[in-house]
Amino acid sequence: MSEEKVEGEIEENASGENMDYDKIFEEFPLPMTVKEEIKNELVKINASEDVARKVVKKCYEVYLRNLMEPGEAAGIVAAQSIGEPGTQMTMRTFHYAGVAEIDVTLGLPRLIEILDVRKNPSTPMMTIRLTEEYAQDRSKAREVANRIEATYVLDIADIATDIRRMRILVSPDEKAMERKGLTLEDLKKKIEKGLKNVEVEESDGKIVVQVTEPSYKVLMDTLDKLKKLVLAGIKEIRRVIIRKEEGEYVLYTEGSNLKKVMKVKGVDASRTITNNIYEIYEVLGIEAARNAIIQEAINTLEEQGLEVNVRHIMLVADVMTADGELRQIGRHGVAGEKQSILARAAFEMTVNNLLDAAVRGDVDKLKGITENIIVGQPIKLGTGDVELVLKMGKL
Amino acid sequence: MSKFKLHDHILVPKHILLSDEEAEEVLKTLGVSKEQLPKIRADDPVAKEIGAKPGQIVKIIRESPTAGKSIAYRLVI
Repeated sequence: MSEEKVEGEIEENASGENMDYDKIFEEFPLPMTVKEEIKNELVKINASEDVARKVVKKCYEVYLRNLMEPGEAAGIVAAQSIGEPGTQMTMRTFHYAGVAEIDVTLGLPRLIEILDVRKNPSTPMMTIRLTEEYAQDRSKAREVANRIEATYVLDIADIATDIRRMRILVSPDEKAMERKGLTLEDLKKKIEKGLKNVEVEESDGKIVVQVTEPSYKVLMDTLDKLKKLVLAGIKEIRRVIIRKEEGEYVLYTEGSNLKKVMKVKGVDASRTITNNIYEIYEVLGIEAARNAIIQEAINTLEEQGLEVNVRHIMLVADVMTADGELRQIGRHGVAGEKQSILARAAFEMTVNNLLDAAVRGDVDKLKGITENIIVGQPIKLGTGDVELVLKMGKL
Repeated sequence: MSKFKLHDHILVPKHILLSDEEAEEVLKTLGVSKEQLPKIRADDPVAKEIGAKPGQIVKIIRESPTAGKSIAYRLVI
């Protein structure tokens, strides 16, 4: 824009060798990325202090001109900017093998999930990175995967019931055991620990679970418990897939439990993430949740080939996390906590809201936008937010 | 292995606990009262890690895709 003009002056006093431009920037509080960009350009043309100051000043003016103006409806712009591309998203729950055969909810259903802050998303998934020692070697990565993936008795053994003698026979498959890194001894111990009122014995490579009480019901209950018994790994993690990515092995899981996985040996806790935002909030705090919302939302939109400026999503994430806890966009969160009765009634459950307010004798102060539109008054947005005050003495 | 710090996690931006004087200064430059700031709970995992008490202000240095680094403040509740 004004670069040509400035460039003419450079020849006159090109004496900016080893200038420290940072000092000039102190007067002009520009964002870091803009600052860096201008600085690089200044270094390139080797600007003198005078020129540099002029350039920065001009840039700062342009920057101020481009800022959002006070009173502008930032929220409505964000809502429209996300809403319009949203109409083009797949409505169907679309399961797509995004990363290595793992089902992930995508499209509109996923976006709704993110904004609703579902505690249990339909397809929780984790991306687990490993520490240096484990990331380079496939067998070592497998080792970590075994520690994470939930292993049930049925995965490594056959279960048979012997009703006549009131006992359950567990016959392990040696190959499966070896793959999971378990021994018969481990299996026996786990079963002993996990079941009550039974006697566990080993015989002939098999494990015999003898029910102490001779009752058919107890036998069946024990069988159910045995089937649900987690021998190794974390209960929530149903499947682990190992993939090589950018020179290191990465684990992808179906199911998620951030807290437990972060403690597993070999897992690089600082680079391990989940797509369950509520879990991130609980384990890593509100700021991490804010970052997760932004990332997940952008990824979901991008995957559908839609381009939405991050700023809009950042605004949404800011609103959702402003109270220090995650609030959903909707009647149980942001919209439902509005103080105006009319604004709430205009959103969802109109009759309920009005009825409750009437019973309580609530008063609407008509301070917000929605309620003023309803009653037909000017709204406090843009130029409507400004009031003229007459100073008596100045007339 | 040394104990894992939440601050090391890629999703967690840097949280700094402000002293009372610094907090006063921040409120003055922003021209707002404490209650107008966004909040962070005292039982938030990261707030616990830096030992924040209700009423204090936490400065958060975020890595922002648009501004490079952006600074935000949260009131501990």
